Amino acid sequence: MRAAAQFQPARRQPLLSVRQLTKMYGKTVGCRDLSFDLFPGEIIAIVGESGSGKSTLLSCLSGRLMPDQGSVIYDLNHKGPTDILTLSEPERRKLMRTDWGLVHQNPRDGLRMEVTAGGNIGERPMAVGARHYGRIREEAQNWLAQVEIDLLRTDHRPKTFSGGMQQRLQIARILVTKPRLVFMDEPTGGLDVSVQARLLDLLRCLVMNIGVAVVIVTHDLSVARLLADRIIVMWRGNMVETGLADQVLDDPHHPYTQLLVSSVL
Amino acid sequence: MISSATDPALRAVGLAKTFTLHAQGGIVLPVFDNIELTVNAGECVCLVGPSGAGKSTLLRSLYANYKPDAGKILVVHRNETVDLLAAEPWEVVEIRRSAIGYVSQFLRVIPRVPALDVVAGPAIAKGIPADQAKALSKTLLTRLNIPERLWPLAPATFSGGEQQRVNIARGFVVDYPIILLDEPTASLDAANRATVVDLITEAKARGAAIVGIFHDEEVRRAVADRLFAVA
Repeated sequence: MRAAAQFQPARRQPLLSVRQLTKMYGKTVGCRDLSFDLFPGEIIAIVGESGSGKSTLLSCLSGRLMPDQGSVIYDLNHKGPTDILTLSEPERRKLMRTDWGLVHQNPRDGLRMEVTAGGNIGERPMAVGARHYGRIREEAQNWLAQVEIDLLRTDHRPKTFSGGMQQRLQIARILVTKPRLVFMDEPTGGLDVSVQARLLDLLRCLVMNIGVAVVIVTHDLSVARLLADRIIVMWRGNMVETGLADQVLDDPHHPYTQLLVSSVL
Repeated sequence: MISSATDPALRAVGLAKTFTLHAQGGIVLPVFDNIELTVNAGECVCLVGPSGAGKSTLLRSLYANYKPDAGKILVVHRNETVDLLAAEPWEVVEIRRSAIGYVSQFLRVIPRVPALDVVAGPAIAKGIPADQAKALSKTLLTRLNIPERLWPLAPATFSGGEQQRVNIARGFVVDYPIILLDEPTASLDAANRATVVDLITEAKARGAAIVGIFHDEEVRRAVADRLFAVA
């Protein structure tokens, strides 16, 4: 359903190329031999049940876990395609707080709970050199408005926020630096249904307007349908089916995908 | 493959589709086999056949929503004839966005998105400026008798007929060269059916190739140039 308005057909250079990514936990497969390309502005949903390897994949992609094999090639600003697994720790950290972002399932993992909402949003701009307090605050309030948080809450700490507000704040905190690639780990996981719908619609609008590419891990197929251009179905560490979101959801071929689709209430 | 002016707008070649239901003992349901369908610009072809014959499956396959097991779907895109079934996912998105309109039986509503934006969405995605896209959408919603007070509301609470008319407006907001219509008039009254017939007739006049499923005999007679039996 999503219009994918941000697809840039002229730029066929992938933003992210994953090749033969494998991560084992002893003899247990985390994920095995995964390859896919992500284009600028494209949204890929990785779906599968608990233990299917989708979180392992996300951790490997976002540099939090070192895979046993494979490469994760990202089209770095000023440098071009580079295997991020070969970057030094400081280089990877810099990437994570500028051109990349990670939205945690639990907003408490992604926010500084003792710092004000405005301070949470200002942190990334300050980390890359923003120093003018007035401008940082203005930018923070601009983002609070975009994620529909009352500006009166600018100086409140997120621990006084509801779960849905915390999640929206976390998203503002990431998007403020205009990243080109954002990883999301079950961003609607801990929220009740009415809050989920609002967050999803907000996410849909934000990513369309900014044109950011997203890898989103979810077990919720309606999240995938609403947000994703393409879906990767994971099962027991393997990629068992992939295609356009509407194709995978409306005409699933693999037994596991069929089970997943038919289990939606 | 470079197309010429005589190339048909849409051509299905050797199209075959089966469903394998793994959850039900791996039962295989053959739907159709070796479909050959050619639709020229300005022509409207109606799919006919008993319920369950696979008309909607064929229509969805022509949009590459369902993935046929064999065959080609040749469409003209950027002056080239391309096989929709062999295209990369991002190409399919691009071809759909500029070349193929698909009006499904039911509107898929997104929470909180107003009816006007639902209609304007495909036009904006194609690159038409937002104000122009919304003006076009308003014209269509007016023609389809959706009262103006509903435009800023999300269609989730609309009646079935209203949702369907929003869906039709969404399908006609872009001048697609190919339009696929799955029972667009199913729950409409006579006045709105007539509007849909007008929209189809206008689309044909500007050269659109149309494939549709119409259970309403009167509508079918009014728009169809040819019938295509799905068996």
